[in-house]
Amino acid sequence: MLYFPLQDLEAAALNLDDPEHLRIHSLETFGTHDGPGVRMVVFVQGCQFRCVYCQNPDTLDVHGGMLIGIDELVKRADRQRSYFGKDGGVTVSGGEPLLQRNKLTTFFKALHAIGINTCLDSNGRLNDAATHELLEHTDLLLLDVKHINDEWHHKLTGLTNKNTLDLAAHRESTGKRMWLRYVLVPGWTDQPEFLEEWAKHFTRYKTVDRVEIIPFHQLGSHKWDLLKMNYPLKGLEGPTLEGKKAAVHTFNKYFNNVVLK
Amino acid sequence: MIKDVTAVPFKSGDWNTTMNVYDFVVKNIRPYQGDASFLSGISAKTNRLWDVVKKELLKERAKGGVLAIDTETISNMTAFAPGYIKKEDEVIVGLQTDQLLKRAMKPFGGIKLVESAVKEKGLTVSERVIDIFNYAKNHNEGVFNAYDSEIRAFRSKHVLTGLPDNYARGRIIGDFRRLALYGADQLIKFKKADLNKVGGEMTEHKVRLREEINSQISALKDMITMAAAYGCDVSRPAENAREAVQWVYFAYLAAVKEQDGAAMSLGNVSSFLDIFIERDLKAGLITEEEAQEIIDQFVMKLRLVRHLRPGSYDEIFGGDPTWVTEAIGGTLHDGRTKVTKTSFRFLQTLYNLGSSPEPNLTVLWADGLPEGFKRFCAQVSIDTSSIQYENDDLMRGTRGSDDYGIACCVSYQEIGKSIQHFGARANLPKALLIALNGGKEEIDGVEVIKNIPALPEGPLEYNQVMGVFKQTLTELARVYAKAMFIIHYMHDKYYYERAQMALVDTDPRIDIAYGAAGISIIADSLSAIKYAKVTPIRDERGLTVDYKIEGEYPKYGNDDDRVDNIAKEITHFFITELRKHNTYKGSKPTLSLLTITSNVMYGSNTGATPDGRKKGEPFAPGANPMHGRDCSGAIASLNSVCKLDYRDAQDGISNTFSMIPKSLGDTREEQVNNLVTTMNGYFNKMAHHLNVNVLNRETLMDAYEHPENYPQLTIRVSGYAVNFVRLSRAHQLEVITRTFHESM
Repeated sequence: MLYFPLQDLEAAALNLDDPEHLRIHSLETFGTHDGPGVRMVVFVQGCQFRCVYCQNPDTLDVHGGMLIGIDELVKRADRQRSYFGKDGGVTVSGGEPLLQRNKLTTFFKALHAIGINTCLDSNGRLNDAATHELLEHTDLLLLDVKHINDEWHHKLTGLTNKNTLDLAAHRESTGKRMWLRYVLVPGWTDQPEFLEEWAKHFTRYKTVDRVEIIPFHQLGSHKWDLLKMNYPLKGLEGPTLEGKKAAVHTFNKYFNNVVLK
Repeated sequence: MIKDVTAVPFKSGDWNTTMNVYDFVVKNIRPYQGDASFLSGISAKTNRLWDVVKKELLKERAKGGVLAIDTETISNMTAFAPGYIKKEDEVIVGLQTDQLLKRAMKPFGGIKLVESAVKEKGLTVSERVIDIFNYAKNHNEGVFNAYDSEIRAFRSKHVLTGLPDNYARGRIIGDFRRLALYGADQLIKFKKADLNKVGGEMTEHKVRLREEINSQISALKDMITMAAAYGCDVSRPAENAREAVQWVYFAYLAAVKEQDGAAMSLGNVSSFLDIFIERDLKAGLITEEEAQEIIDQFVMKLRLVRHLRPGSYDEIFGGDPTWVTEAIGGTLHDGRTKVTKTSFRFLQTLYNLGSSPEPNLTVLWADGLPEGFKRFCAQVSIDTSSIQYENDDLMRGTRGSDDYGIACCVSYQEIGKSIQHFGARANLPKALLIALNGGKEEIDGVEVIKNIPALPEGPLEYNQVMGVFKQTLTELARVYAKAMFIIHYMHDKYYYERAQMALVDTDPRIDIAYGAAGISIIADSLSAIKYAKVTPIRDERGLTVDYKIEGEYPKYGNDDDRVDNIAKEITHFFITELRKHNTYKGSKPTLSLLTITSNVMYGSNTGATPDGRKKGEPFAPGANPMHGRDCSGAIASLNSVCKLDYRDAQDGISNTFSMIPKSLGDTREEQVNNLVTTMNGYFNKMAHHLNVNVLNRETLMDAYEHPENYPQLTIRVSGYAVNFVRLSRAHQLEVITRTFHESM
């Protein structure tokens, strides 16, 4: 079986149907890798990108996962808030959260009402009024800009990077904070000229507090096998130490706070 | 620079005229709000000493865990000539015997156990010592003279285990600071004044008290003799920092020369000692490096405390622990932190001397602890997995004192004002199985409790099971209370802790610390019966051998009230029952949810349980969820344990939490921050205790295969820490299979 076909119509339904429930893949109660501090991470189900290196292909299908009440999620977050401290809170990751942007606005408003910090980890593909409203209630945006070159971005994800870059520009215009994330994949995203171009594109952004480099790894490989899908990067090694250092070196020229994960 | 301590006098107060160490601390403590940057590394002298010690420790392990035993001498404060490691480098002196790591016989707890421990090592107790016990009685003999058949049945069927009826009870903490602040002469004067007040018409209580006080006075005199052999005069107060540390150590050494109780805590000496250290630093008498050297050498000595134990003991208390528990940090009632620079210096020993299970460093965590200290603690935990944390806000608020230590593993004890009687623990899952088998023990089929009705055939019905289980717990509490009364009566009679008690107020308040093992199995079993369909499978004798479980049920460790409340309810019921019974010396019952490493032994002696646990499988340690059943993430797991009510388990609720380093965050900075935040969160939810391990499972696997590469690898188990390589293979495997919290 190949990829699920892109599910545009279903994706629209995902946002609008069942406004009280989110379709999620899983919950992590002790998240320390998706945003600052200790966070409850909600991994939502469904994505429009078909990244060749996807670590969580089981989150792609908009029909997968399970429905969970937004009330229930708020309740759970509230039971954990004691552990969030001053930096932590709730992160919605995925899958692609923007597919459920209307519902997430409800969710984030409810979290804010009880003083819980919100964070959204997104590919930035959807850039409409509903997205903008959600971003108003998002304390920190973790934006994955997967490639600066549109042709490569297509090869990598199946879609253009234009929306993502536009969304970054929008976020910058609002003055609200974001972190940029970049998955470093040998042969796909580690071209020196494109790393340079990527960094230059964002170097003047005032809202970018941190840039994270996430080295590609094979830990998601078995999930492709389980789904009986053909994993395009089967057997590809993660970046070498030199490769990682080179990327960090490049980014360090343009940003104050680069973290290699 | 001035070089005279009298130029920097202590603030005077009540402590100048009466016995009141607390007043001295409150008036003179210098809370420290800064970070760890002032700390010194290891000194040349300490380094040389530690090299000698490390070699001897290797030899000890190579010889099966015991380097040498003196089989001729009954140990007490003055029985042995002074012992040294390398005299010219020792700024703090004193060993339990005349030779490093040589173990001594303390047979008044039970000569039989001493004989078997010696015999296991291919040696023989001298005829002279054996002969003494042809005339003298010991604690063990006294207890068994008084036990009745019920207690014996509960004991032999592993319903009550680890009872201190054939070894010393331990847990009594002397206020070792007193010797440094007052000197033995003044302490004797205080005790004599107490003695003179016990007059008039005699009662048993008064007679006993008069005898006890005189034993205490003799102990203080022996402390003077013991210290004099090392060239120190403890009849007078300590005059400088080195002496203060040395005097405190002598007081502790007196206790561990006389007694080999399971756990012999140090108390909360660090911030008391800080007062002397800061004065000497201010007076220019010592440098920071010398201050650290004194603490490093003190801690080194504490690491070398050894007791003579038989192999059977290791099943209950794996890894040869001594529980030299030192409580660090906490808060004064007036709101000031008790964190001082010496709190940092104690933790720094884990870097200067490497990680270690002893002393059992216990941080009293409070919301208001200085940020710099919290961060240093988290960093030390990440680097060494050697410290545990307890909720100071909770204990101070619930128990009342701001001057307390931790007895044994996790339990609060006001220092110098009250003591505690150790009560081992009851096997709750065993009690449940007895209830399900009409009062019969599930393995041998012997009736241990009368009048428990047999349950009808077919699936178990929750209310019926709860009824017979509570009936069983009621009986268990009754028998348990009897056993403890007898044990502590006899221990006082035959093996009184004169050294520690000389440093405690006369006639102190007493807690009787009962314990319960297997609370998570109880919660899951009862939850399975309530929410799924559980049908017992019985053998030809009618005894349950297994259970058929159909359907899903909520499991303890997932922040699900439906099951977590069952754990709460049973804990509350059991302590309520225990409180109904007579206690020796009017002691006040408390309860712990703690197992030490005996969760493995309990498991092997307990049949299959209705939660799906197979016969012989280990229990979870302490109040932990069962391995692998807390599958909703680390915080849900912590939240379940938080719900247990400390008021029902004031002896402690132990939780051991293991994480892989990466799960705490990407950078070291984030890992430290996130661990601090997690502990703040956990303790703000009124949780009591947390053992923190930050380790990779692979490290433990490798240490299991290649112990020689990991001589100092330390891991927190239930309420204490052990050298991983000194655990038995069974305990090592059990630790490796425990839940490690990882991220997605």
